[in-house]
Amino acid sequence: MRIQCPFCGERDLSEFVYHGDAGVVRPDPHAADAPARFFDEVYLRSNPAGPHEELWYHGSGCRSWLRVRRNTRTHEILSVAFANAGFARMGME
Amino acid sequence: MRYSIFNLMRQALTGHRGWGPAWRDASPKPAYDIIVIGGGGHGLATAHYLAKVHGIAKVAVLEKGWIGSGNAGRNTTIIRSNYLLAGNNPFYELSMKLWEGLEQDLNYNTMVSQRGVLNLYHSDAQRDAYVRRGNAMRMHGVDAELLDAAAVARMLPFLDFANARFPIQGGLLQRRGGTARHDAVVWGYARAASERGVDIIQNCEVTDFIRQNGRIAGVQTTRGAIRAGKIGMAVAGNTSRVAHMAGLKLPIESHVLQAFVSEAIKPFIPGVVTFGAGHFYLSQSDKGGLVFGGDLDGYNSYAQRGNLPTVEDVCEGGMSLIPAIGRVRMLRSWGGIMDMSMDGSPIIDRTPLDGLYLNAGWCYGGFKATPASGWCFAHLLARDEPHDVARAYRLDRFARGHLLDEKGVGAQPNLH
Repeated sequence: MRIQCPFCGERDLSEFVYHGDAGVVRPDPHAADAPARFFDEVYLRSNPAGPHEELWYHGSGCRSWLRVRRNTRTHEILSVAFANAGFARMGME
Repeated sequence: MRYSIFNLMRQALTGHRGWGPAWRDASPKPAYDIIVIGGGGHGLATAHYLAKVHGIAKVAVLEKGWIGSGNAGRNTTIIRSNYLLAGNNPFYELSMKLWEGLEQDLNYNTMVSQRGVLNLYHSDAQRDAYVRRGNAMRMHGVDAELLDAAAVARMLPFLDFANARFPIQGGLLQRRGGTARHDAVVWGYARAASERGVDIIQNCEVTDFIRQNGRIAGVQTTRGAIRAGKIGMAVAGNTSRVAHMAGLKLPIESHVLQAFVSEAIKPFIPGVVTFGAGHFYLSQSDKGGLVFGGDLDGYNSYAQRGNLPTVEDVCEGGMSLIPAIGRVRMLRSWGGIMDMSMDGSPIIDRTPLDGLYLNAGWCYGGFKATPASGWCFAHLLARDEPHDVARAYRLDRFARGHLLDEKGVGAQPNLH
């Protein structure tokens, strides 16, 4: 598996660290149902077989956080972008 | 037919033409008392104990491929009960006791070989942790011995004791640990269950659940609809996919774990050895191949194959521990899909849906648990209450904060 880093180009898997499902969003701690939402955030995962949006950290490269769409059945990388959308606006992408 | 020395001699006289199939490849009936989804070790063990211990024989085991084609045939066959936590230890010790009587129970040679599991330690802190684990085991009545470096050197003289970074200081040994033959475990349970009337149905993939009056009342499969009073899922690796059909979202991620086997060599490793400074474990199969493995690849996967950085990492671990294995060629590697739960421990529980029961989250420790998993899941399915030694394996423990985190790494499934 190789990941096309938007900053560094195509790099080997060993340069990256996996940080899991990118769809997980930290809930508002002041919401009325915050405990249930935090349980969802911390523990529950959709864990699909097929396309999966996930976060990877390019630790041995540019140290960018990347949002990668990858097929979990085939390991095919479908798309890669900076996780921080602001980065893309700065013309880095 | 019973396997015995007398039947073997009788068959030998007639050219071994009288042996029948070991188990009956059944076609689905319209309804059963209990359906177990998943014809791996856990599912077949569940069916066996349902029939034998609880007297429920109107049971079907549904398998999407052929029995034992998933993780039951992809593991490294290690059995042990060297757990620290009170929620885990009695469960795995029940499993070890069932392993010890399994061949007599099943009338099948599962090749249980108790040659010991040795966990090496390389620092003072690690020794203290192993002393604690060994004491916890002994307080639960499980055998554990702490060895110093000299005692380890007598058992395994070829380890790299003088390693500059990770000198071997000793190890925690469970002599009753060892290995079993995984395919034989699957076939032994299948044969014993089939003899008691359980239908083992292959090439029968569940495609949906049938709901009736607010409960799960059956399954749609590629071989038609099948109804049942209770349905148990034992599909570790694919738990999230099957649960999704029932509308459940679970604290599980699927990850790929690779395993490796070398060319066959003469007897080299007497039991199972684990490297404490990295993640590497090694045993030797009866055919002579060194069977070894290490870490997960670390990313979600259903692909049943991994990537090269992990191959390199595992082999580096092996070379750090036993430089001599650099002379041995690797023959094969493969991957299995692990049900990684959020605390590293399994789930054997009812689901929020009436009629649907869950056996999941085995991480990469499912093989050793096969007998106790089947025993406790059968207990739950038959009596609607958790077995005593599986009381900690509740699905709601995550929401309640009663995690069973043997490794202490938190809700990071790729680290367990």
